Amino acid sequence: MIVSTLRRVAPQLITLFALIVLITLIFPSFLNLTLADGRLVGPLVDVAKRSAPVALLAIGMTLVIATKGIDLSVGAIIAICGASAAWAVGAGYGLGPALVIALAAGIACGLWNGVLVSVVGIQPFVATLILMTAGRGVAQLITEGRILTFIDPGFGWIGSGTLLGLPVPVWLWLMTGILMALLLRRTALGMLIEAVGINRRASMLSGVNARVLLIAVYAASGFCAALAGLVVTADIRGADANNAGLWLELDAILAVVIGGNSLLGGRFSIAASIIGALIIQTINAGILLGGFPPEYNLVIKAALVVVILVLQSPNLAGHFGFLRDVIRARREAAHAPQVQETKP
Amino acid sequence: MKNPRLLPLYATIAIFLLALVICFIQFPNMFSTRVLGNLLTDNAYLGIVAVGMTVVILSGGIDLSVGSVIAFTGVFIAVVLRDTGLHPMIVFAMLLSITTLFGAAMGGLIHGLAMPAFIVTLAGMFLARGAAYMLSIDSVPIAHDFYDLLQSYVLLPGRGRLTLIGVLMLLVFVAGMLIVHKTRFGTAVYAFGGGEATARLMGARQGRVTVAIYAFSGFMAGLSGIVFSIYTSSGYSLATVGTELTAIAAVVIGGTLLTGGAGYVFGTLIGVLTMGLIQVYIVFDGTLSSWWTKIVIGVLVLSFILLQKALVRLAQRGNDSVHA
Repeated sequence: MIVSTLRRVAPQLITLFALIVLITLIFPSFLNLTLADGRLVGPLVDVAKRSAPVALLAIGMTLVIATKGIDLSVGAIIAICGASAAWAVGAGYGLGPALVIALAAGIACGLWNGVLVSVVGIQPFVATLILMTAGRGVAQLITEGRILTFIDPGFGWIGSGTLLGLPVPVWLWLMTGILMALLLRRTALGMLIEAVGINRRASMLSGVNARVLLIAVYAASGFCAALAGLVVTADIRGADANNAGLWLELDAILAVVIGGNSLLGGRFSIAASIIGALIIQTINAGILLGGFPPEYNLVIKAALVVVILVLQSPNLAGHFGFLRDVIRARREAAHAPQVQETKP
Repeated sequence: MKNPRLLPLYATIAIFLLALVICFIQFPNMFSTRVLGNLLTDNAYLGIVAVGMTVVILSGGIDLSVGSVIAFTGVFIAVVLRDTGLHPMIVFAMLLSITTLFGAAMGGLIHGLAMPAFIVTLAGMFLARGAAYMLSIDSVPIAHDFYDLLQSYVLLPGRGRLTLIGVLMLLVFVAGMLIVHKTRFGTAVYAFGGGEATARLMGARQGRVTVAIYAFSGFMAGLSGIVFSIYTSSGYSLATVGTELTAIAAVVIGGTLLTGGAGYVFGTLIGVLTMGLIQVYIVFDGTLSSWWTKIVIGVLVLSFILLQKALVRLAQRGNDSVHA
C-alpha cells in the first residue's frame, strides 16, 4: 500500500522536493536541523508545524471534494470550535471536557452542512456559504466579541508542545492523515465515497447509502476543522472569533487541488492533499526568506492554480496524450533503423 | 399559476415590505430622507457589483474575484492619480478596460479549459488581490478636484442627500434589467443557465457568451470599484474582502436560483436594499451586536433557498399533474 501511495503522490512529492532544493540553493541554511532541549529545530520543522491547520483542513476537504461537493465553512468552524474550547477552559471545565466540547461542536457543524446538502438537497456551495457567514457571528456570540485568552498549560501544549522531538501539531496532522487513510482504504469507505462522487445516482441505484455517506463526509470535514481550530487557538492561547481560520478554507481547497484531486469529484488521495498543504507553506517560507513582500504570495498562488488547471483540464487531456504519443513515436523511430540495418 | 418563476421574486418583495413595516413600527424615525438617502449611497457599490453577479449566476456560473477587483480598482485609481497628472475620466477608461479584459480572460479560461468557474475565479481573486497589494499596501487617499464633483449630491426635503453614486446604482440596475430581458445576450445567459447542452444545440455560441458574461462581470466590478473609491475617497488594497459573498447573498435573497436559469435583476435590487435595511435596523436598535447582522443574513439566505426549493418542487408537481 505504501509503494502504490508513493507512486500516486509522485508528482506532488517531486514538486515539494524541487521547491525545497530551489530554496536551499538560495539559502543553504534552509536545511538546517538541530536538536535543542529535546526538540528538533529548523526551518523545515517550522514549515511542517505552520502547515498543520491547512493540512488538517485539507484532509477533511479532500473527502468533501471527492463527493463533488465543497466546504466553505471550515474557517468559521475553526472559529466556533476555538471559541467553544477557550470558553470551556475559561469557565473552569478542564482540558478534557473542553476538547470534547470543541470536537462535538465541529461534528455538529459538519452534520448541519451534511443534512443541508444530503437531505434537503441544497448545493454544497450555498449550504456551506450559509454557515461560513453565520458561523462567524455564532463564534462572536460565544466569545461575546472579545478575544478569549486562557492560561491552561495542557491546552497550550497542543499548539506549542513537543512530543518525541517533533511539534505536537505535526503529530496531529500526521496521525489524522494516517488514521483517515487506513480507515478509508482498508475498508470499502474510500471506494464508496469515490463512487458517490463520480455518479451519485448510479451509486444509489447500486445500493450505496449515498445520503448517510454525504452526511458522514461533511461531519468528518467538521471534525478535522475542529482539530485545526484547537491547534490555531492553542497556538495563540486565545480565541479570536474574527480572525481565526480566516480564508483558510481557500488555502485548504488550493491544497486539495494541488494534490491532484479533481474538483469534479471521484478518485482522491489524502496524502497528496497533505503534501499540497506542505507545498503551500514551503512557498510561503520561501517568499519570506527571499525578502519578497508577502504580497507576492497571492500572485504565485494564482499562477500555481492556473498551471494545475491546465494540467487537469479535460479539454487539454487529449493534447497531452497526443504529445506523449508523438514523443513515444519519435523514440521508437530512433531505435527502428538499427533493426532494419541488421536485415540483409 | 401564471408564471411560477415570478414566485421567488414576489416572495422577495413581500419579505422586503414586511421588513419595512416592522422597521417603521419600531423606529418611525427611520423613514427620513436622510436614512433612505444614506441607504442608497452606502450600498451603491454593492448594488452595482450585484448586477454583474446576477448575470453570472443566471448563467449557472459564479465569480469570486469581484471583491478583489474592487480593491484593485481603488488602489489603481489612487496610485495613478497620485503619480501622474491624468484626468480621472481617462484613468476610469483605462481601468474599465483592464477589468473587462481580466473578466474576459477568466471567461476564456473557464470555457477553454472546461474547468469549474469556482476555481478559475478563485485564481482570479488571488491574482487581483495580489496585484492590489503590489501596487500599494497602505491606504492611498484621493484628492482630485474632479472627485469633489463626483461626490456631489442633491438635497432632498428633509435634509436627505441623493448622491450621484446612489443615482448611478439605480441607473445600472435599469441598464442591467434592459440587457438581461431585452437583448440576445440576455436570452443566451438564461439559456445557458437552463442547460449548457440545450443552449448549445439551440445555437447559442458557448465560448463567446461565456467570455461576454465574465467580461460583463469584470466591467461591473470595475465600475463598482470606481464608485467605492468615490465613496471612500481612497484606494485601499485590504478593502472589500468578502464582498463577493455579500453580493452572492444579495442575489440569492433577490430570488435568483443559484443553479441558474431563473431570476430577475430587479430581485437583486430588493435583495441589496433588504441587506442594507438590516444594517440600518441594527444601528437604530443600538443594543444588538453587529455580528447579529451576519447571523441574520445567513438565516435569510437559508430561508430563501428553502423557499426556492419548495417552489420548484411545487411547480414540478403542477407540471406532472398536467401531463399525468
